[in-house]
Amino acid sequence: MELLGYLADGFATSLSPLNLFIVLMGVTAGLFIGAMPGLGSVNGVAIVLPLTFIVPPSSAIILLAAIYYGAMYGGAISSILLGIPGASTAVATTFDGRPMAQQGKAGLALIAAACASFIGGTVSVVLFTLFAAPLADVALAFGPAEEFALVLLAFTTFVGLGGDDILKTIMMICLGLALSTVGLDLISGQPRLVFFDQPGFYSGISFLVLAIGVYGIGEILYTIETQKAAPQVTPAKLTFKELWYGIKEINKMWKTLSFGSIMGFFVGMLPAAGATPAALMSYGIAKLMSKQPEKFGKGAIEGVVAPETANNAASTGSLLPMLTLGIPGSPTTALLLGGMVMWGLVPGPMLFIEQPDFVWGLISSLYTANLAAVLVNLALIPVFVWALRMPFTVLCSMVFVLCLVGGYAPSQKMHDVWLIVGFGVGGYLLRKADYPMAPLVLALVLGPLMEKSFRQTLIAEQGNVMAFVERPLSGTFIAISVVFFLLPLVKHVKAWLGRAPSPTNN
Amino acid sequence: MINNFTRRIALATAASAALMAALPAAAADWKPQKPVEMVIMAGQGGGADRLARLFQSIIQKEKLSAMPVLPVNKGGGSGAEALRYLKDKEGDNHTIMATLNSYYTTPLRTDIGVNIEDFTPIARMAIDTFVLWVNADSDIQNLDDYVAAVKAAGGAWKMGGTGTGQEDSLVTSMLETEFGLDITYVPFKGGGDVAKNLVGGHIESSVNNPSEALGFYQAGKLRPIAAFTPDRINVFPDTPTMTELGHELVYSMQRSFVAPKGMDPEAVAYYVGMFEGLNANDEWQTYTSEKALNADFLTGDDLQAYFLQERDKHSELLSASEGS
Repeated sequence: MELLGYLADGFATSLSPLNLFIVLMGVTAGLFIGAMPGLGSVNGVAIVLPLTFIVPPSSAIILLAAIYYGAMYGGAISSILLGIPGASTAVATTFDGRPMAQQGKAGLALIAAACASFIGGTVSVVLFTLFAAPLADVALAFGPAEEFALVLLAFTTFVGLGGDDILKTIMMICLGLALSTVGLDLISGQPRLVFFDQPGFYSGISFLVLAIGVYGIGEILYTIETQKAAPQVTPAKLTFKELWYGIKEINKMWKTLSFGSIMGFFVGMLPAAGATPAALMSYGIAKLMSKQPEKFGKGAIEGVVAPETANNAASTGSLLPMLTLGIPGSPTTALLLGGMVMWGLVPGPMLFIEQPDFVWGLISSLYTANLAAVLVNLALIPVFVWALRMPFTVLCSMVFVLCLVGGYAPSQKMHDVWLIVGFGVGGYLLRKADYPMAPLVLALVLGPLMEKSFRQTLIAEQGNVMAFVERPLSGTFIAISVVFFLLPLVKHVKAWLGRAPSPTNN
Repeated sequence: MINNFTRRIALATAASAALMAALPAAAADWKPQKPVEMVIMAGQGGGADRLARLFQSIIQKEKLSAMPVLPVNKGGGSGAEALRYLKDKEGDNHTIMATLNSYYTTPLRTDIGVNIEDFTPIARMAIDTFVLWVNADSDIQNLDDYVAAVKAAGGAWKMGGTGTGQEDSLVTSMLETEFGLDITYVPFKGGGDVAKNLVGGHIESSVNNPSEALGFYQAGKLRPIAAFTPDRINVFPDTPTMTELGHELVYSMQRSFVAPKGMDPEAVAYYVGMFEGLNANDEWQTYTSEKALNADFLTGDDLQAYFLQERDKHSELLSASEGS
């Protein structure tokens, strides 16, 4: 019960009036930062980090935790309303969130996202509280081979369960992988695919540039073309009845919720994996377990709930390796790590022993920040939905400007803006030919991870490819990947076998 | 990329503060007018990263800079990403870069069009040390055990380190030459990642800097075998040096700051002053003794001469390691 004592002390700090005020400010700011395409929790935390010197360290942690959570919630907002994922973690949310918004159910989708995020975050924090120290060993068991197997699993969940047209999905994955090799090779340091000798390509093609291009600009072009005669105003309203209905609907999805939370936590915990594969896998599994998988991708609430549960759970999980091993699991936790160094704390195996006040203060602030984030988010949903009532002509130009600014801001290079425009046009043409965009974008996110871990394993194992299968953890992941990859095939065969005898029966 | 963005926002938030600060001062001396970007040539969590962030926090706490200093990691391609970035910042007064030895080795190894003679030296803060580590669960207790184990593995012994051709790989090839070993070198993104993989048993040894492995050492997860230093490191009093054991293997890592080509002399003077203040700081001096660093402050032409001399040394080391 030592644990509860620590936690109680932590709560005593995080519930003081000043800290409660900080939490509310933090989640509100985080929510808006996360909702802007091009900004995310990384930017939120980065912006506030220098300000944390003026408050006591305990309040500073709370502020950062609040922003972190707020931005994670906010990421779903632009995915649902505009169809532009603000961060790679929110790509899976667009699959069903965007169709829901187009059907006038934006409010419902936002409610579902908020509630799912809350549940994912809460389950994850509880797991964190109970098992943080022993789980550090699980994170250690993950070497390059396991990393590779996990990324492969994320890919196959997508290919096997997500794509209607598997050939086109695979082609888009290949294109994404090719784009992900642009820049300097991680292992040898040699430049690769530096087109036209442009120095801008040295730093590679970032996820944001591609996502904003194909989802933002591409979507605008596509909508303008399909609706040029009568610009469609998405009817969106929000009532308490809808809120209640949303909560009731989500209640029925306990399987998706519990699976997404737990899996999200574990995947997030693995260094280098993080929330993007977690969200994807959760979506894939939810579709697999669903009785109506055909509804996915066309506006199923469960398709919003699954990735949102997992990505919030994963973002809490990714704090674990940072605190226990000193290895940040995501760019945002890397910034938090920087913050801790500033306050004279050394993350690593000794932190829990030497600085229990800090660790438990942080954990308890995760509880309060999560609760505050869901309340603020629900309260602000009408504001977000209102944005959709703008005439399409106005909304469309605003989104266009947001896209360009959001693409320029992170790197401050015009190179990236031109790339966005290029990707926008390319994405539009590919969409017209019915190529799916998500595999392209996700391949760019997961590709570098996959390449690095693949090569590290091969170097370490003297080129022995069997190393991936021989290790128990990575072998298991690869076996599951193979099953997922073959599953659609089995389904087709089954359907065919089921249909074949029917004429004789009739 | 993301941290770049930070710079922009911090610029906005700090602009008003800057304005107020600048108004009364009769701009006699040069001062940064916007947040200073501190490019780090390595990934997050490694020795270089932690050190750069420590510097930033002391600078911030002690108000050594008129503007915030914002660390930006550009660790790709053994620091090639950072070097290239600094080259493109020619004439910029608001960018400095925290270097490590890949400052010499990366331009020598890769064709990225960077000549370090062009950059402006600012200050050398410290010289970092190297230690040979194994997992505490292994049976290896001393250097003899280690050499025997590597030989027994017959080329399959896994040594983790940061990018190919970087410090860790040079130290590894020094070991190979000295003891006639055949080691498989596995590159990782940063020293923190290497230490974690050693604890997790995915690699079998590392030559981490003490600061990268210290947390795991204190937790009883890693065992130091020998130090690549002239004298014993006071944090590990029981760990012999390679020299003591009869092997002339000494290697160290500089922790310095440089600026882009063509930075104004007034700006250079400002940053040199900033790091002088940092060097005199008690927190920094305590840190160096705890983390087994040698605070060895050097600036100006002496520093440039040191850089060029080290570059020649690394050129030899590299040709020796790549020839083997």
